[in-house]
Order: sequence, then C-alpha cells, then structure tokens
Amino acid sequence: MRVSTSSAVEREPSPTTAAEPTNVLIVGVGGQGVITVSKVLAQLCLQNKLKVKQSEIHGMAKRGGAVFSHVRFGREVYSPTIPLGQADILLALEWAEGLRWLPYLNPETGTFISDTQQIIPPFSCRNRKRGATSNYVFRSVEQVKQHVPNSYAVDATGMAEGLGNPRAANTVLLGMLSTALDFSVDDWQAIIAQSVPPKTVEVNRQAFLLGREWIQSDAHKEEREQVEVAKPPPAPVVDDVVIDLEITEAWCKGCDICVKMCPERCLALNSSEIVELANPDACTACRLCEWLCPDFAIAVHVHKKETAIA
Amino acid sequence: MNKGTGSIARIHEARTTTPRIDPEIKSLMGNEAIARGAWEAGVKVGAAYPGTPSTEIMESLGTYPAEDLDAQWSTNEKVSLDVAIGASLAGVRAMCAMKHVGLNVASDSLMSQSYIGVNGGLVLVVCDDPGMHSSQNEQDTRLFGQFAMVPVLEPSDAQEAKDFTKLAFELSEKFDTPVIVRSTTRLSHCRSPVVVGEREQIESRGFRDSPAKHVALPTNARVRHPIVLERERKLKEYLNTSDLVRWEPGSDELGVITLSTCYTYVREVIPEASVLKLGVSYPLAEDVIRRFCDSVERVIVVEELEPFIERELRAMGIEVEGKKYFPRVGELSPENLREGLHKAGIISELPKTTDLGIEPVARPPVLCAGCSHAGTYMVLRTAGARVMGDIGCYTLGAIEPLKAMDACVSMGASIGMAVGMAKAGATDKPVVATIGDSTFLHAGIPALIDAVYNNVNITVLLLDNQTVAMTGGQDHAGTGRTLRGDETHRVDFEKVIRAIGVKWVKTVDSYDIGSLYQTYREATQYDGVAVVISNRPCALDPVKIKGTPFYVRSEGCTACQACMNLACPAISWSDELFDGHHKVKINQTTCIGCSMCAQVCPTDCIQLSETGTA
Repeated sequence: MRVSTSSAVEREPSPTTAAEPTNVLIVGVGGQGVITVSKVLAQLCLQNKLKVKQSEIHGMAKRGGAVFSHVRFGREVYSPTIPLGQADILLALEWAEGLRWLPYLNPETGTFISDTQQIIPPFSCRNRKRGATSNYVFRSVEQVKQHVPNSYAVDATGMAEGLGNPRAANTVLLGMLSTALDFSVDDWQAIIAQSVPPKTVEVNRQAFLLGREWIQSDAHKEEREQVEVAKPPPAPVVDDVVIDLEITEAWCKGCDICVKMCPERCLALNSSEIVELANPDACTACRLCEWLCPDFAIAVHVHKKETAIA
Repeated sequence: MNKGTGSIARIHEARTTTPRIDPEIKSLMGNEAIARGAWEAGVKVGAAYPGTPSTEIMESLGTYPAEDLDAQWSTNEKVSLDVAIGASLAGVRAMCAMKHVGLNVASDSLMSQSYIGVNGGLVLVVCDDPGMHSSQNEQDTRLFGQFAMVPVLEPSDAQEAKDFTKLAFELSEKFDTPVIVRSTTRLSHCRSPVVVGEREQIESRGFRDSPAKHVALPTNARVRHPIVLERERKLKEYLNTSDLVRWEPGSDELGVITLSTCYTYVREVIPEASVLKLGVSYPLAEDVIRRFCDSVERVIVVEELEPFIERELRAMGIEVEGKKYFPRVGELSPENLREGLHKAGIISELPKTTDLGIEPVARPPVLCAGCSHAGTYMVLRTAGARVMGDIGCYTLGAIEPLKAMDACVSMGASIGMAVGMAKAGATDKPVVATIGDSTFLHAGIPALIDAVYNNVNITVLLLDNQTVAMTGGQDHAGTGRTLRGDETHRVDFEKVIRAIGVKWVKTVDSYDIGSLYQTYREATQYDGVAVVISNRPCALDPVKIKGTPFYVRSEGCTACQACMNLACPAISWSDELFDGHHKVKINQTTCIGCSMCAQVCPTDCIQLSETGTA
C-alpha cells in the first residue's frame, strides 16, 4: 500500500517502498480530535488487512497542549513512531502545530495538509509589558511552499461551518487526506459513519466529499491558490517610556491589597508597613494597584522618555 | 559457533505458520492487549490505582464480563498488590497494574512476596514512562525486578503484550514467583492489530495451608531465600530454550542485543544486523547471550534508560558497547538510535529534514478552562504561603502565572513535608499543604494523622474535585462509584478528617474566590492543624460542565490582565489595546462559565454572555 498516484496530491512512488510502511503524522491541539482522526485511519488500515501501528501520547492535563499521533501502515511495521524526515503526509488540524512537525515530513516527497485555523495559547500572551506581541509563530503559505512544494493550506473549519457544523472540519481534512491514499471512498465513509455521533453522519459524509473535491477538482484550483493564513496583529506602537509610581505614604494603611494583587509581584511593604515599588524593572504600568487601592494612595505615571524626570 | 542456531524458537514464525481458522484480529492499544491477555489467561481478580501510562489496563479489564472476573480500583498501588496477593493465595490468577512510581509504593509487599511465591498466578504490570510524558521521574523497573528477584517480561508490541501477559501467569505458577510484565508509554499507548484468542477456563487451585511458606517470619524467610536463588537459576535455564528469547540472524559483523520497543527501532534503523531480542530482562538467558556474542564481531546493546543489560553482560565478562552511543535519559527513538549508530561508525549518513528554522509556539499543558484548582492557587499566590504540593493536575499550579507551589515530591508527600517545614520553624509565611481527593486517600491520611499527633501548626487544603482527574477521570473511594460504575459507599472526607482529630475543618466552594480567601486566612490564623476542603467537581469528569460563557465588555477593559493570573486557557489577548497593553477576550466555546475571572476583574467588564450581548 502506497500513496496513490492517481490522486491530485501527487507523489512519485519510490522503487524501494514496497516493504516500507506508509507514514501519516496527524497533529493538532488537545481537544481538537487528533486521536479520533487517527483512529479512523488506523481502523481503515485494519479493515484492509494491513499491519498498522498508531502511537500517541496522552496523560497530564493535555487539554490545550500539543497533541500528535503517528500512524504507520504497510506489510510490516516496526517502530511505532515515524522516524524524523520520513512522514509521507503531515496532516495538521492547527497551523502552528503543522509548522512544528515539518521536520518529520519527508523533505523530497512529503505532502503537507493543514487547516489554517490558529489556536493561540494563553502561554504566548504572558508578556504584560507595553507594546508586547504574542509569540505565536507566523509563516505564510507561500513561505511554507518554498520548503514543501506539496503543501495544501485550507480553511477546513470555514468549509465545515458552511455545511452547518464547524466540528466536521476534521472530516473535511480526512476527505483531503483520502485523495493521497489508496482506500476506497466507501470504506472511508463507512468508518467515518461509525466514528461520529449518529446525528452528524450526513454532515460528515458531505464534509468528506467536500474535502476530496476541493483537492481534486479543477473548479477549486483558484481557491486552492488563494488560501492564506491570518496574519498576527501588528505590534502595538508605543513610545519609550519611564514608569513612575507615586505613593502617598500618609494615605497608605498597609492593607497590602496591591502587594497581593500585583501580577508581576513588584510591590512590597517596607519596615513601616508602607507599600513601596520593590522591583521597578518588573513593573509594566498595568495600573492594577492604582485601581485597587481603597485609599487612592497609588498613582501610576507613564512619562515619555525625553520628558521624563531623571 | 553457528549463528542463528535452529534451537532458538521464533515466536513470529510460530505465529505465522500455525494454521488458524479465521483468527480474530482486533485493533488494541498496548494496555488493552495486556488486559486481553489477562482475560484470556483466566484472571479472576484485578486491582489497580490509576497512573499514566498504565490506567487503561484496569479500565479495559473492567469491560470484560463481571461473571469472568473482578476488576477494582484500589486506594493505592500497595493495596492493589495486596489484593492480588490475597487472591493468588486463595488459588486464583490475579493481577495488579501500576505506573513505575506506583511500584515504589507497592514494593514493600513485593519484596517479601518474592520469598513467599504464589498459589494462583500473580502478575504485576508495571508501566515505565521514559521521557516523563506524565511522571515525576523516569526510574527503570528492570532494576526493581532484579532487586526483588522477580522475573521481568518485556513485550515489544501489542501482540506480544497480550501473549507475554498470558505467558506470565503460566511462568508465575510454574516457577512459584510473582512476575512483572513491563511496559513503557510507547507500548501502552500504541494501537496495533492483535490476534486474539478465547478465555482459558482455569479452576481455582483452592487455598493451600502452608504457613511456613506464607507467613513472612524470620525463621520462614531464612528458609525461603535460598529457594528464591534456586528459582533464579531455574529461570535462567528455562530462558535458554524459551520462545521469549529470539535470535534473528543477520550480519556477522554486527550483533544487537535489545528488548521491548527498542527492538522495533532496531529493526527499523538497521535491518541488516543480527539481533538477539530478549523477551525477559531479568534474569538473563546467559548461554544464548554468550553464543550470540561469540557469533558476531561487534556487540551493541540497545536499551532505554539505564545500562541494565550492558552492565550485566560486562559482569559476565562479555565485551559490549551501548550507552556510550545512546542516551541514558529520555525515550529511545529511531532518531537517537540512528545518531548513536552514526557515532559508532555503523551508519554513514543521517537523513535530511525540512527545516524552516522556526521556534514553534510553546504549548505546555495547562489547567482546563473552569478548573476548580485555579482559584485555590490564585488565593495561595495572592495571600502568600509556603506551599507543599502533591501529585495531580494541580501540580500545574507551580508554573506561571499561578506559581504558587514551592515543592512537590511524590504521592501524599505534601502533608508530611509541611509537618517538617513547620517543625523546622524556618518559614516566613504560613505553611500549607495542597492535596487532591484521591491523593489524600492514597497516602495523605497517615501524614495527616502524623500532623495531628505531633501537634504542628499547618494548613491543609484538600482539593476535592471528586475524581482522579489527571489520569482521565477515574473513580475512587471518595466518589461513591466502583470501577464498573456501581454505587458504593462514599468516603465522607470531613468525617474522616474530624475522626483523625483535626478540630478546625471547613468546606468551601472552589469557585468563590472571596470565601476561599477568607477561609484560608482564618485557617492560617488557627494555631494547629486546619483543613480547608474545596469541593467543586472537575470541569471534565465525570460530567463535562458547560455553563453560559462570560464575555469581556471591551470598552470597560483596562488591559490590567488580572484575569489572566488565573491561567485560564479560555482567556487571551484581543486585538484591541488600552494604553499600549492588550485588552483580553474570552473564547465562547471553551469558557464553561465558572465566573472566577469576573470575580477578579477590577472594572467589572467581564459579564455573562446572555445578559450582555443579547
């Protein structure tokens, strides 16, 4: 079993591949359905009497974490994981996760299929400084295509929404994946129907066909070329500033509300139980202390650097 | 010496040449295959405490008919082993399953049971976690097997996981020993086709009255120890002709000795090598190993974690290489195996990869949206405390932005550590232990008794989310449901704690940050052991909670990001700015409406969606 040559996602069959397994790496974010998608593929392989190994990592609080599943199938499969640089297909349910796993893709013949959906983790929004930007990595479809010619970026979530159920996005992607593998449409449809809630069988059937058609049909050629991933918002333009905390000592009663609530932990009570800015470098001028102080004892001033008083 | 002598049986050949009438093939995860093997072996009693990556073994065993077997969650791994020991002595086949660190807890019984032996087959399944995907260390269970002088079986895929588990019961009875089946994360959580069989009907052997064997008294144990050593010798003899050791002939130049999933990487990366696949890591099939090593010019040992086999071979006087090429830390993989073989001069080239030269966005595990632990840790962070943590989802309270845990060691350790810290008197802040419901039942109760008995001044926060959340929501003695979902007695935490002698106990709603804060302050002001029970259920298990989501009224948001201190994954930056800072937004799909962010918002701009946007 190798990647089909009759499909729109074309690969050249290599002469030595007959004994080697086909490698499909499925990646995404916890809760997206990576495991469900890979189970469908594994079940399909089993039904076609192929040796198949599907390897994943779960445990810990994986919700929102990076999730991946290796599916390998063929006449014989040894390692449960796909060796670096040997994935035939990388199917990503989320854009940055796709980029993360690109080194696993075969650099010459690998096919990359990714949803353009972006899930920005709270972890990348941890910088409270003025003018901070999220560290969510951005690469355009064009940039990826320079490295991986067989790249397909697709708004699967949008397409599934068009069908009336955004959760069918994974099935749209399976439809696309199906064009690269030699399994019959009926087999795919039968297993998908078993794997989804009974009420959504019909929408998933349509989603699968839509995904297939989108890759194969010339009617979607232009659309395929126009897909872009959303650019991150530009970095906020901020002046170089000096932050100055004006503490009216006479009004401070040492309740320490500001000390406890300061997100950067830069305030402390001094020996006379009066608040002071103990760690000025960490202060981001979020003004939380100013707003929370019941006695109006703190005022946060942000001066532009040239007018700042030394 | 002839290489590849025919005397070494080959499991694969036997498997493929034996005619079968339509063998039934199932797609099983390693853990499910282990359960299947136990069921086919006629196991009668199974017990486990959940722990990644072993949890699914007992869950899966619990799906077999109740008439066939009894499967239960135990309060901890030692209890699960004790249950299995009792069943074995009563004459039936019994199994317990645990993660590697669970064996530390169960080891007290294992060490002595090794001397006592078995009546019905007794199998321990122990799952190691190389790479620590979800564990606090990556200890190597093979060393434990050697320590306890208990054989350790090493399956390499799901088929072997099933076959070896079945065989383990036979070996246990044949050699009168508990047997460890060792799995790793990569085997436990890998799904592949398995040829399954039927259940053997095994009659109970009945209880055999043998106090000299069964009672671990010094006089008895002195007699038993030499028997255990003799057992080791017999096992070695057996292994020399057993299917468990497989010689796969190949190149004369290179021989690889390997086992477990490492075998699959070896076959993947250097198919041309001669391979000796050990199905058992302790004891070693010495004769076969010597013959194999004589048949090749160079011998390399490929094993995960400790150089266990390598050291043993050196002790036998055999010249081998191994850990000088491969890491002793983390998982073995086709990649680092290839790198090691490259270093050893066996593989000339490393494969090319696609490199975009990017640092992908960090996506560490986080507490879920609406996690009841978030508020508790926020209170601890803001109120200030020296926090001794414990094992569970709430260990994530140690990382930014909650960052309210100073130490965490092992299951149930928090309370004992707090006692020590209070006794040391070296702390500027109140000493607090945080411990989950299941962890408290597992190993926290003796420590709480210790705290009361020794009259220390500590506060214990019992984070009762009414499930074993971290492993995927299993039941325990505090949920009122058994492994099979039947109703049972539910431990009343407050009563237990009062009965221990704690005078100050209060229960508080984990979502009510104000009350949590007040209660926490009262508790820390109390001189003695104070226990605060916070009691919101886990947002995911047993019932997935989904209430009306909250939203951010953007015009009111001053971008202070106080709400983001809760570490809620539903809250992130919006595209709007206030004074150079990012305002926030709430993901309407993932927000479950716990309201904790609305409680901490100083400008009251976080509101219930239906009232705000309609």
